Amino acid sequence: MALAREQKLNKTVFNKNPEKIPIRNGYGEGLVEAGEKHPEVVALCADLKDSTKSTAFAKKFPERFFELGVAEQNMAGVAAGLGVSGKIPFIASYATFSPGRNWEQIRTNISYNNANVKIAGHHAGISVGPDGATHQAIEDIATMRVMANMRVIVPCDVHEARKATLSATDVWGPVYIRYTREETPVITSPDTPFYPGQAEVFWDSKDPKCAIIACGSLVYNALVAAKELESEGIETLVLNNHTIKPMDNTRVLDVVKRCGAVVTVEEHQIEGGMGSAIAELLANQLPTPQEFIGIQGVFGESGKPEELIDKYGMAVKDIKLAVKRVIKRKNGK
Amino acid sequence: MYLSEKEQEFLEKTANKIRRKIVEALEDAGSGHSAGSLGMADVFTALYFHVLKHDPKKPNWENRDRLILSNGHIVPVQYVAMAYAGYFPLKELKSLRKIHSRLQGHPHRETLPGIDATSGPLGAGLSQAAGMALAARLDGKKHRIYCLMSDGEQQEGLIWEAAMFIGKNKLSNITAIIDRNNIQIDGLTEDVMPLEPLREKYEAFGWNVIDIDGHNMEEIIDATNEAKAISYQPTLIIAHTIPGKGVSFMEYDFNWHGKVPNGQEKERAIKELRSIKGKIRSEYD
Repeated sequence: MALAREQKLNKTVFNKNPEKIPIRNGYGEGLVEAGEKHPEVVALCADLKDSTKSTAFAKKFPERFFELGVAEQNMAGVAAGLGVSGKIPFIASYATFSPGRNWEQIRTNISYNNANVKIAGHHAGISVGPDGATHQAIEDIATMRVMANMRVIVPCDVHEARKATLSATDVWGPVYIRYTREETPVITSPDTPFYPGQAEVFWDSKDPKCAIIACGSLVYNALVAAKELESEGIETLVLNNHTIKPMDNTRVLDVVKRCGAVVTVEEHQIEGGMGSAIAELLANQLPTPQEFIGIQGVFGESGKPEELIDKYGMAVKDIKLAVKRVIKRKNGK
Repeated sequence: MYLSEKEQEFLEKTANKIRRKIVEALEDAGSGHSAGSLGMADVFTALYFHVLKHDPKKPNWENRDRLILSNGHIVPVQYVAMAYAGYFPLKELKSLRKIHSRLQGHPHRETLPGIDATSGPLGAGLSQAAGMALAARLDGKKHRIYCLMSDGEQQEGLIWEAAMFIGKNKLSNITAIIDRNNIQIDGLTEDVMPLEPLREKYEAFGWNVIDIDGHNMEEIIDATNEAKAISYQPTLIIAHTIPGKGVSFMEYDFNWHGKVPNGQEKERAIKELRSIKGKIRSEYD
């Protein structure tokens, strides 16, 4: 149990000021690595080269980089054409635009067509902050995971984002990866194991009473909540459930069986998100009391990332309260 | 012009065979799109039996020309042309739009070898053509990408995103063909949402544009040859066609866009298509 904490987590993660790097940087690094490894990798961008961190690839492989202009639908279609012609295209934009605006092109021309395209949704979640609700993708996990043939990965930090980006080239077919903009705590290290489709226990206890299943940068809040709860005498477990489709059902069922109660944590609408995926699994195989941390059916607004996470109920205190509530429900109180 | 009289006659007879089979297949399917399928029979005949570099026995041949049917609803004409070309047995046409079939109502790349792109939702073909053309250019391959579109789907914004991108990148390995039959589901294109001046729009986006009679084999083939010869810009062929071509009661009538003939109408249509220009009865098949 203590083992999981020491082996997998960044040493500074529980410091007062943990090391912070934007998750999107992992896209930039992973994309260049993927390009070095596979000459078939090409990158496409819709006038957001810098903020999607596509610049390094564009500089290193100018002949394999394509600027589409402000045209996300065309970007998806062009990628589909490349992806059925032996190339491995990565398309990058803000998640509200891609896979937001171009959802149908992704459905028909990439997913149904089974084109080998990797979709990078940037600036996802409410934490993109001051730009406001128009730019806060809080529906993308739902709209992507509902698609046949699609894989969905939500990395928790920059290292995991790099590994997830690189790993997308190991499978044939469409993959959606979600990245965020802000500097967020570095939870893992370059050596932390990452296998797509394999959830990792990041925090364990001798006798956990609740499984906190989280994805994305909120894995950090889940860990801090777990640590604080431990000091209050409540033992929990934190599962980093980075691959939402296909989900690691075995591991999820295993930890839920041990704990008997679940809190899911995601920076996304509760409807249709990662928590819903967990609920679908548990309803079918292991009905268990569950609380959902996420955005509760409303749009966001402008603000600082931490203010928004707090206002919309995804802070450490919210997770702790949810854990206490669900344990009460489990105990029939 | 490279066509001998014999070749021309062969192509015209083949187009007529294809029309008859389209009418049969659509009647049998009980739903589908008649007007566009019949209207494009000559273009599809020219492509599959003269223009395309392809091998029906090796549908995944790497150096084949690609054919994207952006307006997937007229896929019956493609299926029939493919069957006559030898991609699959003619009798499989009876499975059109039926359960457990490879002949889906709209083309699906994964289901039928020889279909290069999945389509149906309009306006998406040209983008995919651009991707295929980029891949060919990156790999130094010489095959061409043919993208067939309807006129109605020019109303989709996505078409113009793609047209802009193809113009910018001078993807001269693309030959796009618009079926300019002037009809769409709700009526005449110029009433529903005017497209003209269509030629000038594409020219402004950096394309070479050729207007042709889409029922004249010589003009179809000449235009595709001109497109091959131009190395500095993409080419659009605006093929002026008659919707429902060859069946008098369907011609020019937008009501036949998304309708199929019943048994009686089928018999009438086949009878008309068994003659040349509606006059001389012919027994060839």
